[in-house]
Amino acid sequence: MEKIPASEITPEHLYFTRRQFIAAASAVAAGALLSACGVPSPPPTARPTIAQPSPQASKGVDELGDKLTPFDTITNYNNFYEFSLDKEDVAPRAKDFKTSPWTVQVGGLVNKPRTFGLEDLLKFEQEERIYRLRCVEAWSMVIPWLGFPLSKLLAQVEPQSKAKYVRFETLLDPKQMPGQRDSYFDWPYVEGLRLDEAMHDLTILATGLYGKPLPPQDGAPIRLVVPWKYGFKSIKSIVKIDLVEAMPISFWMESAPNEYGFYANVNPDVSHPRWSQATERRIGEFSRRKTILFNGYADQVAPLYAGMDLRKNF
Amino acid sequence: MLHALRTQWLRVVVHIGAWIPFAVIVWDALTNQLGAEPIRETILRTGKTALILLVLSLACTPANTLFGFKSALKVRRALGLYAFFYALAHATMFIGVDYGFDLALLQGALLERPYALVGAAAFLILLPLALTSTKGWMKRLGRRWTMLHRGVYLAALLVIAHFVWLVKLDVREPLTYGAIVLLLLALRIRLIREGVVRLRAL
Ligand code: HEM
Repeated sequence: MEKIPASEITPEHLYFTRRQFIAAASAVAAGALLSACGVPSPPPTARPTIAQPSPQASKGVDELGDKLTPFDTITNYNNFYEFSLDKEDVAPRAKDFKTSPWTVQVGGLVNKPRTFGLEDLLKFEQEERIYRLRCVEAWSMVIPWLGFPLSKLLAQVEPQSKAKYVRFETLLDPKQMPGQRDSYFDWPYVEGLRLDEAMHDLTILATGLYGKPLPPQDGAPIRLVVPWKYGFKSIKSIVKIDLVEAMPISFWMESAPNEYGFYANVNPDVSHPRWSQATERRIGEFSRRKTILFNGYADQVAPLYAGMDLRKNF
Repeated sequence: MLHALRTQWLRVVVHIGAWIPFAVIVWDALTNQLGAEPIRETILRTGKTALILLVLSLACTPANTLFGFKSALKVRRALGLYAFFYALAHATMFIGVDYGFDLALLQGALLERPYALVGAAAFLILLPLALTSTKGWMKRLGRRWTMLHRGVYLAALLVIAHFVWLVKLDVREPLTYGAIVLLLLALRIRLIREGVVRLRAL
């Protein structure tokens, strides 16, 4: 195990301040909803990214005290159908994936459409976020991401008042992504969020993990991370972000509409039609553990869904 | 002499072959090669092996009736029993190891999930077949033994349903197995069987 220099460790008081801030910010975001272009950005508690030669994280645990999943596991067990259907075969197949140059085209119902180069995106202050990732297949990890709130990017393009949803698209490049040559699936991968979900401070665009740039198999060079939703919502290798009026139809909704809804919030009481979601296996652990509502982020995100029937809106 | 050698040869292949997937699982477990989710991996591998052995056991009778491959009949029982043992390991891994016999959790994970229910139904059909697979039971049950053991087709179809139901999106693999089972079932229908035999005689 890599020893963490004392200077790298976020002081505990800062850490708690940040969590409390996030709670407050989400309340604001929930209230401000669609006019939320001006949501305040969180204070810069985390240090900027420097690509580290070896995996680095400021702490060994998440806020619930659960251990981080090892770097090697996070980078060798991936659902990324663009490369392979076999989770352990993604890393070898993705290893030559070219992520530079890379651009993300942000447009749709915005006042200032813009194409961001990866360099521009790395100029947003990169902070560490230790999040649980819960896959719909009932396994989970704890991952120290590096990235920045999506809200900061959206603020720059100024969503119009008609914009209600955000639609994301993965790169379409069958030459580099062998899985996309299989026309059984509806490429490219598409995901979507409601605008208030997208503006929520927990929602980030990740560019790295464990202090290193994102490896291709984890969605390089830039991916979404929405920690209270099943992993498939956190779309990888994004090239296009559009603000739209109608709810986007995601890859999974398109493929199996009765099984995958738009929201896909982690919820132990709403079973997938095929399998139960009551428990999960944290990678590396022997026994199953109980799945928690909104993956443990209920304090921050439950207000987004106030009054909604979570069974109907699965 | 030559004939005896041939039947023995197939038996040896079946008995060694059927243990290989088990040996590989044990080896991978000991050398940490079952991946990030070893329990699930074991469930998947034992399930797949059970299905393949079951399909092979179903292929034995047509191999004889259509191609005159008599020795296939000699390994039919062994293939069926191995299929059952892998299914037993599969179900035990799920119920006992994955869920630690936690009845409250299993209620939601097994009894309320159609894919698991059909898997369990298939297993409950295979159980009496395995128990009555001996010569003694065959004699004791007579015609009823044949009737009872036709249940293996139902079990196979339930396993196909189990497989189709549990995959996330890509049903091509389970449907391929499904097509093989349906073909093997069709070959047992007298008209089709006789048709194929006649075609071969041409
Ligand atoms: C009590 C009975 C059974 C239970 C509870 C059960 C449960 C399961 C579970 C939990 C999975 C894996 C789902 C996943 O993690 O994605 C699975 C997969 C599978 N099971 Fe079963 N099963 C049962 C009986 C059977 C039987 C009798 C057979 C075959 C003879 C069988 C064949 C399979 C196959 C082929 C797979 C898929 C393997 C793959 O995807 O590679 N199962 N079963």
